[in-house]
Amino acid sequence: MAVKVPIFMDNHSTTPVDPRVLDAMLPYFREDFGNAASRNHVFGWKAEKAVELAREQVGALIGCSAKEIVWTSGATESINLALKGAAEFYKEKGNHFITGQTEHKATLDTCKRLEKLGCEVTYLPVDKDGVIMPIQVSEAIKPNTVMVALMAANNEIGTVHPVNEIGAAIKAKKKDVLFFVDAVQAAGKVPFDVNEAKCDVAAVSAHKIYGPKGVGALYVRRKPRVRLVEQIDGGGHERGMRSGTLNVPGIVGFGKAAELSRTEMVEEAAQLTKLRNRLLDYLQSNLKEVHINGSWEHRLPGNLNVSFAYVEGEGLMMALKDVAVSSGSACTSASLEPSYVLRALGVGEEMAHSSIRFGIGRFNTEEEIDYVGRHVVEAVNRLREMSPLWEMVQEGVDLKSIQWAAEH
Amino acid sequence: MAYSEKVIDHYENPRNVGALDKNSEDVGTGLVGAPACGDVMKLQIKVENGIITDAKFKTFGCGSAIASSSLVTEWVKGMSVDKAMELKNSMIAEELNLPPVKIHCSVLAEDAIKAAIADYKKKKESKGA
Repeated sequence: MAVKVPIFMDNHSTTPVDPRVLDAMLPYFREDFGNAASRNHVFGWKAEKAVELAREQVGALIGCSAKEIVWTSGATESINLALKGAAEFYKEKGNHFITGQTEHKATLDTCKRLEKLGCEVTYLPVDKDGVIMPIQVSEAIKPNTVMVALMAANNEIGTVHPVNEIGAAIKAKKKDVLFFVDAVQAAGKVPFDVNEAKCDVAAVSAHKIYGPKGVGALYVRRKPRVRLVEQIDGGGHERGMRSGTLNVPGIVGFGKAAELSRTEMVEEAAQLTKLRNRLLDYLQSNLKEVHINGSWEHRLPGNLNVSFAYVEGEGLMMALKDVAVSSGSACTSASLEPSYVLRALGVGEEMAHSSIRFGIGRFNTEEEIDYVGRHVVEAVNRLREMSPLWEMVQEGVDLKSIQWAAEH
Repeated sequence: MAYSEKVIDHYENPRNVGALDKNSEDVGTGLVGAPACGDVMKLQIKVENGIITDAKFKTFGCGSAIASSSLVTEWVKGMSVDKAMELKNSMIAEELNLPPVKIHCSVLAEDAIKAAIADYKKKKESKGA
């Protein structure tokens, strides 16, 4: 069967909207366009009803009640609200935050802002698989710790963190330390339940689970009640935590996407794992020196992050012009530094430059996997033929024995 | 960020990929960059009577790095060694329409040709001495 190109295999960056999600959304652009805050007419009531159903659906995905969901414009806003809101509300209690070195920039940059505002932040290191251990977290807790902010699954390497054990360790050490989980990559992909994780606040996003962009949610625990100072003023919507007219079609889509992910997760995870393993098998049986980055055991089903030694990641992506993937190579960023996530794992800079992230999703097929596998092998072989490093290694030169120029 | 047509052309049809005998006294080899920086270029020239008669390269790097080194090998063939010394990274960047973030690729290509010439001259001098 002919494969339709371009192929999208970058499903950690975003996902296409599931047609079933789009169908659920469309009426709320057309006839049911009301403002969910309009309490006095049928347009408002319909919108409100739809939003409340979505609240149930997103709550069900992460195991909380509808009343604990606060709608936002996306995970970045959710994360900002969680951290800044807690820092402001609990400032009398303390000013110490704990996070991890491989967190998403939304968390790391927010932590940097908190530091500028006088907070103290501990950045926990990860092991070679990208995992943070519960004991590291509990040992970092101090009398003035307000919150621990960690992701449930990493967006680059797909490492799934032991959030349930981490939550238990936090609460055993000091009950009133808040646990915030960035569940953006985990929710709908692997089991995640706010009560099992003993978390107080959690961020999720619609567009990572085949919903629309521009809508996210923040779970904020009611019992015991967690308080956050709102970061956007204007009307006191969403239990006073997030003002602004609700994005009704987006929220409806998020709800439908959450329901689909929840009910189809087990089946889908098995399918994605099969496709992911098929791709890796093909690459490893046709190429030498394909190194897996991150934990193989504790990994998101659709994630494959590998380094093709002696080939630069962006150069490789350029060869794969019909395939959308991503790379930890510096050349893909403006900073000229390779992936900080891979560096935190202890992956050498040269290997970080050679990394490719395949993000396999709901709509990828076996034919696409085979097409991608074939093209990657072809491209890696071609680029190795023109790589001076590959040539030196073939000649038996130890690359570490060379005095390389130190500057970037 | 989209690549310029010239970068794509050099990337897809690189000129002069390969290697010359690095032990030959007519051949100068320049190896610049570092794996940790994501760019390594090996550029070789063969010189006869002060004229570069052949040039080969191998590059580990992004498309712009490959294109920069490919372009330089194309340019220097038939050029005198003295003329090749005058090549500037800005000429490469301009020819390939490199965006600011890729300027370092052209710098590396300039370094590579200069290193190759320096290696060739060193061989000549040590032979003369």
